[in-house]
Amino acid sequence: MIYFDNAATSWPKPPEVKEAMVRFMDEIGANPGRSGHLLSIEAARIIYDAREALSNLFNVKDPSRIVFTLNATESVNLALKGILRPGDHIITSSMEHNSVMRPLRDLEKRGIGLTVIPCSPTGELDPGDVKKKIQSHTKMIVINHASNVTGTLLPIREVGESARENGILFLVDAAQTAGAYPIDIEGDRIDLLAFTGHKSLYGPQGTGGLVIGENVNIQDLTPLKHGGTGSRSEFELQPDFLPDRYESGTPNAVGIAGLLAGVQFVLKKRTEPIRQYETLLIGNLIEGLREIPGISFYGPENLTDRMATLSFNIKNLSPSEVAFRLENEAGILCRPGLHCAPSAHKTIRTFPEGTVRLSLGYFNTLEEVHLAIKTIDRIARSNS
Amino acid sequence: MPYAVILFSSTHHAIRAEKKAKENGFSVKLIPVPRHLSSDCGVCLRFSCEKRETLECLLQKEGVKMEGVHLLE
Repeated sequence: MIYFDNAATSWPKPPEVKEAMVRFMDEIGANPGRSGHLLSIEAARIIYDAREALSNLFNVKDPSRIVFTLNATESVNLALKGILRPGDHIITSSMEHNSVMRPLRDLEKRGIGLTVIPCSPTGELDPGDVKKKIQSHTKMIVINHASNVTGTLLPIREVGESARENGILFLVDAAQTAGAYPIDIEGDRIDLLAFTGHKSLYGPQGTGGLVIGENVNIQDLTPLKHGGTGSRSEFELQPDFLPDRYESGTPNAVGIAGLLAGVQFVLKKRTEPIRQYETLLIGNLIEGLREIPGISFYGPENLTDRMATLSFNIKNLSPSEVAFRLENEAGILCRPGLHCAPSAHKTIRTFPEGTVRLSLGYFNTLEEVHLAIKTIDRIARSNS
Repeated sequence: MPYAVILFSSTHHAIRAEKKAKENGFSVKLIPVPRHLSSDCGVCLRFSCEKRETLECLLQKEGVKMEGVHLLE
């Protein structure tokens, strides 16, 4: 079996992720921050260490500015719904996943102005186009760091720069990049970073977080959820300090234990070599597929402008048919269709049929890439 | 030897205080907040009184948010 669906969730995970979770269940197990006994303290240490490891990865000075959520979607919802008020204006790109598009369309119905900047047919965003749409009541700009459909990297640093010049908050959806591409909160001018734990950070599903930059006043960021935090127990009002304000209810501590091990794996391997290896894989895949008759690719030509995710189609074959044959004939697992990103598919002109998406990860090999090329070649030729 | 405890608003800061103190050679221990003290999070950091000034100074430098220091009889 060949797993080429890492943009949905990475698999397999480094063995130490599972080991950390088993250790948590066997030896710790308690509720972090709720009691004073040694197991509760040990659980709280794990959560603390995870925040600190993520701070090192993203260059965040104060780890308490990282709050845990279930996934990037929850983080995006917290940032958007927590800050935007009727009368505000927000700018986004046409390459967004529904994790961004759906909350924005919902906010639009409630009086928030929305501008969607069209991207090129390869999914590329011109930062100048964003700049032109900034208005006096623009409160925020939100874009993904890389597309889940085409792997196209968006120019976050340039967009962040114009956001900062204009005193606008900049939210980045890093679901497709965190761990696999360098992210520097300071250097990239990011005010809010939504990340997921279960993709290139190698944690389990049900982990993610939001980095809340120093420019964000937490009084202006309303929590999505209110409830018990283990702190200020004598008061019925939500705490107004980090990270407790945004972490009501018992956290996914066992998941965060796994996430910590995943982030430590990334810190040990380092993001640059991980990126180099994944680029080698995707470069070989694209080279090999190029010669196949009737194939069309989407996304940027240049490898420096993309992640290890590739969308393609074969003439006269539906994406789901290709995916079915890839699995049946060679055990290759991938994702056909619209990938929860209808706007991105409209941008690259593959709506409503969609594409076949192969998303590679650090645990894939060149042998797997070559087998995929051979299989796709056979499928294309058998159809022509 | 008289002891003192530092209280914190968030468990995050209690754990950070413990970690930074230990890294800098202080002998500290996280203990449940004594009942007679108003507690914000469930634990506080116990240390020996004579180190009060240097420990508080270190924790401030490390961005730890403290809610008060209490002497323990």
